[in-house]
Amino acid sequence: MKSRVLVITSGKGGVGKTTTTANLGTALAMMNKRVVLLDTDIGLRNLDVVLGLENRIVFDIVDVVNGHCKLKQALIKDKRFEGLYLLPAAQTKDKTSITPHQMKNLVNELCKDFDYVLVDCPAGIEQGFKNAISGADCAIVVATPEVSSVRDADRIVGLLEASGLNNPQLIINRLRSKMVKRGDMMDIEDILDILSIDLLGVVPEDESIVVSTNRGEPAVMESSSRAGGAYRRVARRITGEDVPVLSFEERNNIVDKFKQMLKIAR
Amino acid sequence: MALLDTITRIFMKDSGSKAVATERLRLVLVHDRSSISPGLINALKEDLIKVIKCYMEVDEDLLQVSLENEDDSVALVANIPIKGFNRVVNE
Repeated sequence: MKSRVLVITSGKGGVGKTTTTANLGTALAMMNKRVVLLDTDIGLRNLDVVLGLENRIVFDIVDVVNGHCKLKQALIKDKRFEGLYLLPAAQTKDKTSITPHQMKNLVNELCKDFDYVLVDCPAGIEQGFKNAISGADCAIVVATPEVSSVRDADRIVGLLEASGLNNPQLIINRLRSKMVKRGDMMDIEDILDILSIDLLGVVPEDESIVVSTNRGEPAVMESSSRAGGAYRRVARRITGEDVPVLSFEERNNIVDKFKQMLKIAR
Repeated sequence: MALLDTITRIFMKDSGSKAVATERLRLVLVHDRSSISPGLINALKEDLIKVIKCYMEVDEDLLQVSLENEDDSVALVANIPIKGFNRVVNE
């Protein structure tokens, strides 16, 4: 199989790029894929803590690029999942420590050993963004159903296409179905209408994300987590499986549950 | 308050803040997407002059080309002062 390089980006900060990268990577590894996660947020690394691997960092991405260590030495192996690795960002350098050309070479090197290279992109549209997208063959845009996030996503889509990364895929994150229902939050259709790009998945707002980040265990490991379940479905879609997008109707009352049972019976 | 809110909404037929959000987004994106670099506008201006010169004499210094945003549309506006017409040659 030809390896795939996916960059996870958003423009706006705090919409869930790192959480998405950690969860998709873990979910793909759970499907027995060989996955490496690349943190390109130099100076503000966080993918290590979300994955619970912060205590095992010796070398980082800048050390590799500058030849201070071998690539294999800097890769951190996740003990929980066979085939899951992290290449952490440097914390004491800045985003100009790497050039897009160096990044491209690094990604090409990783492609020899892995099925999937997931690149966690920093917020913004400057050097860090240009580095992160330089080696990618596909882009995943994460947006929350808010005006500011969708606006930035639109800008990112334009910049991606200008760099030759066509057909970016959208993940709508932190959707609150209750608010959508009462007309106080944009729905999936509204966002797709505005951005006119393909939908890769929808992840509901879920407190379990906070809990799993506290513990350093991605939510996909928790079978009861709704967001985790959504990420597992996205991962299956990435591997080419045809998985329908759920609408995340919250069924609270007995009548709804009964209706649902009837639907299944039919 | 939540109950009161719901009741007002039912009677006032308020569509919620989503409608406001999508409308504002649409408007702001029309402006965002229309931002073309000054270099591109200049190139367009020079090409326009080249073409029009074949038919009439224009005042190149006073020629203005710009993009103008209306409420929900963008227009290319060109102001081209004409100095004179070339003699029409019938073929």
